[in-house]
Amino acid sequence: MFQVKHIRSLINSINRLYVRQRVCGFKVDVDKRNQTAKHSAPSNKANYSIVDHSYDAVVVGAGGAGLRAAYGLSNAGFKTAVITKLFPTRSHTVAAQGGINAALANMDDDKWQYHFYDTVKGSDWLGDQNAIHYMTEEAPKAVLELENIGMPFSRISDGRIYQRSFGGASLGYGKGGQAKRCAAVADRTGHSLLHTLYGESLKYDTDFFIEYFALDLIMKNGKCVGVTALCLEDGTIHRFAANNTVIATGGYGRTYFSCTSAHTCTGDGTAMATRAGIANEDMEFVQFHPTGIYGVGCLVTEGGRGEGGFLVNSKGERFMERYAPVAKDLASRDVVSRSMTIEINEGRGVGPKKDHIYLQLNHLPSELIKEKLPGISETVHIFAGVDVTKQPIPVLPTVHYNMGGIPTNWKGEVIVHQNGQDKVVEGLHACGEAACASVHGANRLGANSLLDIVIFGRACALNIANISKPGQAVEPLSADAGEVSVSNIDKLRNSKGTLKTSELRSKMQHIMQNHAAVFRDGPTLQEGCEKLSEAFKLQDQLKIDDKGLIWNTDLIETLELQNLMLNSMQTIFSAEARKESRGAHARDDFPIRLDEYDYSKPIEGQQAKPIEQHFRKHTLTEMNDIGKVHIKYRPVIDHTLDVQKVKTVEPELRKY
Amino acid sequence: MSISKGSNLFTKFSQLNFIQNTIRFTGISTNQNERPSGPRMKKFAIYRWNPEVPGEKPHLKEYEVDLNNCGKMVLDALIKIKNEQDSTLSFRRSCREGICGSCSMNINGTNTLACTCEIDENLNRKSKLYPLPHMFVIKDLVPDLTHFFAQYKSIEPYLKRKNDIQVGEQQFFQSVHDRAKLDGLYECILCACCSAGCPSYWWNMDKYLGPAVLLQSYRWIIDSRDEFTKERVEKFLDEFSVYRCHTIMNCTTVCPKGLNPGLAIAEIKKLMSGIWKFPKKDASIIPANIS
Repeated sequence: MFQVKHIRSLINSINRLYVRQRVCGFKVDVDKRNQTAKHSAPSNKANYSIVDHSYDAVVVGAGGAGLRAAYGLSNAGFKTAVITKLFPTRSHTVAAQGGINAALANMDDDKWQYHFYDTVKGSDWLGDQNAIHYMTEEAPKAVLELENIGMPFSRISDGRIYQRSFGGASLGYGKGGQAKRCAAVADRTGHSLLHTLYGESLKYDTDFFIEYFALDLIMKNGKCVGVTALCLEDGTIHRFAANNTVIATGGYGRTYFSCTSAHTCTGDGTAMATRAGIANEDMEFVQFHPTGIYGVGCLVTEGGRGEGGFLVNSKGERFMERYAPVAKDLASRDVVSRSMTIEINEGRGVGPKKDHIYLQLNHLPSELIKEKLPGISETVHIFAGVDVTKQPIPVLPTVHYNMGGIPTNWKGEVIVHQNGQDKVVEGLHACGEAACASVHGANRLGANSLLDIVIFGRACALNIANISKPGQAVEPLSADAGEVSVSNIDKLRNSKGTLKTSELRSKMQHIMQNHAAVFRDGPTLQEGCEKLSEAFKLQDQLKIDDKGLIWNTDLIETLELQNLMLNSMQTIFSAEARKESRGAHARDDFPIRLDEYDYSKPIEGQQAKPIEQHFRKHTLTEMNDIGKVHIKYRPVIDHTLDVQKVKTVEPELRKY
Repeated sequence: MSISKGSNLFTKFSQLNFIQNTIRFTGISTNQNERPSGPRMKKFAIYRWNPEVPGEKPHLKEYEVDLNNCGKMVLDALIKIKNEQDSTLSFRRSCREGICGSCSMNINGTNTLACTCEIDENLNRKSKLYPLPHMFVIKDLVPDLTHFFAQYKSIEPYLKRKNDIQVGEQQFFQSVHDRAKLDGLYECILCACCSAGCPSYWWNMDKYLGPAVLLQSYRWIIDSRDEFTKERVEKFLDEFSVYRCHTIMNCTTVCPKGLNPGLAIAEIKKLMSGIWKFPKKDASIIPANIS
């Protein structure tokens, strides 16, 4: 029967240029994925429909970073495709609440150099200062650009953009008091940002491939030449050949049982890089946001504390005054999360089980809450049954952000570290939470992530426009490019295993939650590594009940689980290897930061330790051997882009 | 129309949202102390259709979930059913906190988000889950929203200025009063609950834009920084784009974010018919003080 979906596919096929449709009897290799495909008797006779495309640039992911890169590229004349497993406005950028940092100086005498200092300090001196320089200097321009394309920022009485106080922001290099640097749209900044970027991207002729699940990067001699993806709507496999690929797939919060992240935050890009042989950087640094709603994990913005709210223990004490005398509740997120965990561990938690903390906003004028915090008022009412104008909110530190990801330089080019040198991977860029530039180092400041995504999304587009031209010849893909991805799908669909995806996923999540939490220590981490390695092996026994190809969410969740496994292995193994406490990685057995000098004393007279003997270095993890994590290190970049504009911030003791 | 600081007629209806949630689930909610111990099995009847099974007709499949071991939202139950009983069940979901708009579906006759819709605790009633009404279904609870998004693109949902500017070099002035006009409009998450609940959209979805898209077009019409107000309104001067709205008001009743598309459409009609004059806009520019 002639159905509408047939008409639709026909129209889509005609509309897409450079499309070759062929039915391919792929040589399916049901063994390990990382080997080159060998001829073996196919396990079934089913043919997979393959569609080939050719573009100047392909962006994987359509959140804030992906959309900004995509329309930047289209604006520069590149024929651009965006592959996304979700409709763009469903990406998790939409859930960001607090705001976006920029030294606009609308409400105080802010300078971007102060923002630079705060970010470097926030990163616990693991951030690369050239990338941080780039981000903080470009920030005011980026935020004004967003406003110019229509983002509905909240306003102050003279018509300028409203900026609120936020964690870790100071004037005068930490000595001038709280800075109001976070430009905000009430408490729905991420929502407005994403909708504004999506609306703007509709002006350009970017081709959106919506609800296409990206499977793997196609590499040739160490160069990235394209991406394979599975179309959810009709089950066809699509291979995109491109001279430039940008990965902007977001983080992997779903490796943990309790997180503020969406169900779709499964680290697909970082896993794709791992499978392509590219090491990921700083995976052990997982940010626990201080205020996730107790039980559900939904986010309550730091803006609540920025507008005057504070955290309270069972004694009714505003305990942050003890842990961070200057910044109090607006200290850096890792400091606040640790303080809350200590309060709970020492018996001053609230509730019948004394296992969480209260965030008090009911002392604030209700007009202020209605105007500045309407979104969280609604969320907290729906999920915790609390009226914020009358009762405190039950909160707990919850997994929120991944500082680690695919390593890039300050221009967004993906790098590998060989023979002590950073080497650019040709044809590959990365931006957003999936990347590690590294602007956040060991801990991210609030409101710096929305900034990171637009700055580096734009940076990738600018760099691609610099290094290549629209219309350059794209080498056609070889006949067997992408075969391993299809083999994997085929193996899953025909698996005779007995283990459900949901069971293995739950197992992994509980291991991570129990063994790699806010406070970590050697024996717990080692046990976690062992348990997770066993769970990793269990992937061979996965089975899926849905054998179809159209909107097969069973298959998609299993592919996502494979990606989550790669991310969680790298996280816990690199946490075990880092024998110090820095930023968000806090260890009971190694409570001090181990730098090249002991910065608690004057440096004069001290001998700098060689890089093997300290930990002020980036971790690089790769998994070229199945199930094994190999760890290397790479130095932190301390020089800025221009010493005339801002000088390097030398490490010091980190106090708030 | 009086607009007070921080709220307008659009946001007053967000209070209605809280009431809606309560009305929707009038089960006899039993007191915690009086609840009998033991499993509380709730029946869910879920619309299923698999396009890959030749000749299969859509049907309702029943599942039972113990509410003692389940989160309180319908999405929690759906995920539990998928994880434990039937992994072939397909539905869209992402944020689980009511901000992404993925999980919109018809629950017990009303379009809403599964993640913010509480399970009706009355065990004598089945909860019926259908995909959004009058939409083509791709599979199970997944509707095809291609046309909906194409209509959204057609209203040009971006800021339009008469003169070219270099972006990033200045802030556009917008008074607090003008910014308040956007409250109740910019919060739309494009979940399509309103459009998929509008009978007029059901009968004329090819030409009538529907409440969600019209709410967004009004968001750009009254944004004081947008200079193409007249052109945006004049684009609707035909019989179908706006005028198929007959103030049925299902849209406002179901909006999970408490927005009021019906009112936005009325404002557009007032502008189109000339009852209202086009608002004077202050589109001045504040130079950036970036060093």
